[in-house]
Amino acid sequence: MDISTTTDVPPPASRPTVAERKRAARGATRPGDRIFLGLSRGSGILLLAVMAAIAVFLTYRAALAISKDHGNFLTTFEWNTNILEPKFGIAVLAFGTIVSSVIAMVIAVPVAVAIALFITHYAPRRMSGPVAYVIDLLAAVPSIVYGLWGALVLVPNMNGLFGWLNDFFGWSGVFSWDEGAPRSMLTVGVLLAIMILPIITNVSREVFRQVPQMHEEAALALGATRWEVIRMSVLPFGRSGVISASMLGLGRALGETMAVATVLSPSFDIQASLLNPGGGTFAQNIASKFSEANEFGRDALIASGLVLFVITLLVNGAARLIIARRAEYSGANA
Amino acid sequence: MSTAAVTDKRPSTLRAASLPKWTPWAIAAGSLALGIGISLAAGLHSRIQWGLIAAVLFVLGTFGVAARVEGRRQAKDRVATSLVWVAFLLAVIPLVSLIWVTVARGVKVLDLYFLTHSMGVVADTEPGGGIYHAIIGSLEQVGLATVIGAPIGVLTAIYLVEYGRGRLAKAVTFFVDVMTGIPSIVAGLFILSLMLIFKMQPFGFAGSLALAILMMPVVVRSTEEMLKLVPNELREASLALGVPKWRTILKVVLPTSIGGITTGVMLAVARIAGETAPVLLLVFGNPFINNNPFEGAQASLPLYIYQQFANSAGSGAAYDRAWAASLTLIAFVMILNLVARGIARWKAPKTGR
Repeated sequence: MDISTTTDVPPPASRPTVAERKRAARGATRPGDRIFLGLSRGSGILLLAVMAAIAVFLTYRAALAISKDHGNFLTTFEWNTNILEPKFGIAVLAFGTIVSSVIAMVIAVPVAVAIALFITHYAPRRMSGPVAYVIDLLAAVPSIVYGLWGALVLVPNMNGLFGWLNDFFGWSGVFSWDEGAPRSMLTVGVLLAIMILPIITNVSREVFRQVPQMHEEAALALGATRWEVIRMSVLPFGRSGVISASMLGLGRALGETMAVATVLSPSFDIQASLLNPGGGTFAQNIASKFSEANEFGRDALIASGLVLFVITLLVNGAARLIIARRAEYSGANA
Repeated sequence: MSTAAVTDKRPSTLRAASLPKWTPWAIAAGSLALGIGISLAAGLHSRIQWGLIAAVLFVLGTFGVAARVEGRRQAKDRVATSLVWVAFLLAVIPLVSLIWVTVARGVKVLDLYFLTHSMGVVADTEPGGGIYHAIIGSLEQVGLATVIGAPIGVLTAIYLVEYGRGRLAKAVTFFVDVMTGIPSIVAGLFILSLMLIFKMQPFGFAGSLALAILMMPVVVRSTEEMLKLVPNELREASLALGVPKWRTILKVVLPTSIGGITTGVMLAVARIAGETAPVLLLVFGNPFINNNPFEGAQASLPLYIYQQFANSAGSGAAYDRAWAASLTLIAFVMILNLVARGIARWKAPKTGR
């Protein structure tokens, strides 16, 4: 898409002077061109400026809050900002955010890869289009509706599963359950898994579509079954794409607010069991503590938001770098 | 070849034995029945468990039958196939349940009265009231966000595709990608930090700014893809006629790709229309009608759903309103999606000749 070289092509009817030709060669001599280039480049720079401003202003307000923190910002198990000697720390939030996202990934990645394979390799041709559309619909549902559905429909339906897990795996401590309402990390993880399924599916699907036809046909010609074709030629080719898709999904799960805020019944301690309610995530804590927070409390919430921002930045940046290494993955924009 | 081979009805010895085509269906029906039977016998109440038991039985049954008749490799292939199908069905269940529940519970209070009245004189636990104020708030906030976000997004995409070379373009591309992944609550906190510095009270436009930040990268990515689809011959033909580059972009490139760009913008609008977190922080919510997005707290549809849920104190009337508002929001988002896809199909740029 190299167009700049073509701008000096049109030869004017009268012989141009050398100066005119040079100006034409440089391209942006007409005022219209200059204004337009300025506008479009300006918007690009504005985007960068917004990113920089987000980092700068969050850091500034966060520094104001952390400097007055009477606990340790990283290790305190408490979030009291309305008292004279405010104490707050992100340990519980970091733990909850990571646990819920990991649960979501463990559930969503295999299912999403399977659905992507279903669309590209298994579904009857007439079905694969509608299936892809259904997955897109899942992506279009607003997160607050997932939250409402999770709190009022999913939570009551988890009772049976929780009881079963407690009966058979309760001895491990991770799956022990005190018969409380199942507004716990596991339910949150399941809900997050449903929410990040579409993005992982869409990116993996694009990657699987790019597998060279020759590889698959070669495997088939050697007598491989469909599963062997997938294991030998599709999955190895798509591995890095699936990894980056999962990281994009992870980025979503880390920052999801409303679905967690409606489903989880939070507490400021770390629960060993995934089934008992309690814990919290960065985004959920901000949403539920915000309305009662004074100005200092808001700064403290901004400080926790800054940590979330940095984490998602790292995760997303890493995912994009993996994709960028293989530029042909055009599906990376999902 | 003898003629005897044609009339020979014995199975060919060159091909391995294979199961008839209806086998998966038979195993599926069998395991479903067995799963329900076991669940009823064991007194399990959760439908999720019924499904799980049936799915496990199906996979095991398929493997057993296929391994016996067709051999291990074929059996593995069949198990993989059934697992992939199970995964697909697993993904459909929540979607169907969500849409079913939203529609079934949403239609209860959704009527003209609900759409044209606010919550001004109605306590959250009482029946009555409506979402008029929330619709007004949503339309104004999302509209303003689109007015800011869409032009900047489209211009950035033009820069990246038509002009962009070198380090600046690379940086913009990378950060647009990263920006797509910013959690919506962080965008809200950014505007909140500005509001704290300037000592401002919540108002609708602040929400619009945060929504615009969330919208821009989505618009950039989709517009970029569309501009890349415009054939280079069109640009070259226009430039060869002596048309300045900016007029080429405005009169040739953009009209060719306008369908795709509109689709991208509409999908981005659909996405930000459902955002709750930034609105919660910046616009705060308001049970009264506030038509001015530049002063005073406003409501918005997603925020209304959250507040009805959170302030309900378990009252059924509030949940009913939350479901009805969800139905309205989903309908709005789905219609935007469908129209956007329709435009994309109708005005797809003709690539090549």
